[in-house]
Amino acid sequence: MKRMTLGLAAALMLAAAARADTTATGDLGLVIERTTGSVLLVDQSDRAALARIEGLGDLSHASLVYSPDERFAYVFGRDGGLTKIDIVKREIAGRVVQAGNAIGGAISDDGELVAVSNYEPGGVRVFDADTLDMVADFPTGSKTIGLVDVPGRKFVFTMWDSGETWIADMSGAEPRITKIPDMGKNPYDALVTANGRTYITGLFGEDGLTALDLWEQDPQPIRVLPGYGRGEQKMPVYKMPHLEGWALAGDEFVLPAVGHHEVLWVDARSLKETGRTRTHGQPVFAMARPDGRQVWVNFAHPENDTVQVIDTLTKQVIHEFKPGPAVLHMEFTPRGHEVWISVRDAGKIMIYDTHSFEKLREIDADSPSGIFFTARAHRTGL
Amino acid sequence: MPRIAAIFCALFLAAAAALASAQQVTPERAASLEHLVVQDCGSCHGLTMKGGLGSPLTREAISHYDPDVLALVILDGVPGTAMPPWRPLLSEADALWIAEYLLEGDSK
Ligand code: HEC
Repeated sequence: MKRMTLGLAAALMLAAAARADTTATGDLGLVIERTTGSVLLVDQSDRAALARIEGLGDLSHASLVYSPDERFAYVFGRDGGLTKIDIVKREIAGRVVQAGNAIGGAISDDGELVAVSNYEPGGVRVFDADTLDMVADFPTGSKTIGLVDVPGRKFVFTMWDSGETWIADMSGAEPRITKIPDMGKNPYDALVTANGRTYITGLFGEDGLTALDLWEQDPQPIRVLPGYGRGEQKMPVYKMPHLEGWALAGDEFVLPAVGHHEVLWVDARSLKETGRTRTHGQPVFAMARPDGRQVWVNFAHPENDTVQVIDTLTKQVIHEFKPGPAVLHMEFTPRGHEVWISVRDAGKIMIYDTHSFEKLREIDADSPSGIFFTARAHRTGL
Repeated sequence: MPRIAAIFCALFLAAAAALASAQQVTPERAASLEHLVVQDCGSCHGLTMKGGLGSPLTREAISHYDPDVLALVILDGVPGTAMPPWRPLLSEADALWIAEYLLEGDSK
């Protein structure tokens, strides 16, 4: 009897301790601090920084993905480092340097595999999300970009040098690769729609983009806007645009044009152009607010102090402002009521209300670049 | 012999001119150029210049360049590749300063 009471008491104490330790991660996020090799843990609801986690290496052009339970983040560093962060314990849970020079990554729909695309050696490597042990290696002989996850434990990626797209199906005992040649000259980045159906890669070496319908048995390259920009003088490109922050606004894609001061509107079904909007500079990100009603655009050097907001019904710029020097990235809260903007050379993250455009808060950060909220864990292709 | 002297003389003049223009960069400008190299060149070449979409710009990788030639590559870009011409944004003195900075391998 006495023993039982003791046992019960112990069990209760354990439960209480567990409860006290619980961290809800649904409104947390991480911000890349690119020059110091650290990430900042932030709280979206409190609009505050909670902790800094250091020791992640060269984080220029770094990005990250989340485990399905929103506890772990996998950070892809430029120097080939793959770092697993435990955001509950606020510490590094594992780290491997898997290549000499990397460009981004993805996590499989089941959360078991993390893939990294590499420039050097060119290709994709796949790791066990738990242990970070390598489970597959796909050398491509080319700088490899535009790596995304699609449903069915698959990854899709594209080669800058050879203009091929590969689909790696990891659902069986052995990986199966499907190769699609002739995607175009020098693809620089790619996106996939949230349903995993349409994969679009932007081309640097020629005008236009190339799409694949991944629901087809045998996907074939579909040229999008092939004549786009022809005959116009292309401006020097000081920063490659990003398609990762792709924007599906209503029934249209909004895409940054390479070497031109415009964003392009493309019908999501027919993939035909539906309009162009002149912008302040060469767009880097064109990101739709989650409801699709607005698109926020930032720009390449030297116009990178400015942000424009475009209304998707009228395709008109409805708001323009200058958050500060070197606006690198924008992340919406999952329902879109606020946007977090990293302003690198001001050393700040700035938070705005997306309806009133009022600035709500500034948070100090060291050369902030990418901002990633944990809600990304539940979206395909991010 | 006169020809060699002429070449020598031309080289000397070129070098002297180069030096003069690199010194035209003020300390404030130099600081902002250093920032530009790390951040904006770094977006393609890597923060540590070990390469990315752009080729490595470490001292070993570019040691075969004369500063003047390197400055020209920066100003005019590499046509047919993603390396853009920086002439719209940088003066010749700026470019030469960056060339010498890269050749010294100061960027960590
Ligand atoms: C938009 C991407 C991009 C940016 C920004 C960029 N570069 Fe480049 N750069 C490249 C690429 C790509 C190459 C390789 C070209 C080739 O294939 O020959 C290159 C090559 C070079 C080379 C020639 C290297 C060699 O070994 O021949 C130099 C020098 C250079 N870049 C300097 C710079 C400097 C300095 C800056 C910043 C002021 C800069 N680059 C910014 C993309 C870029």
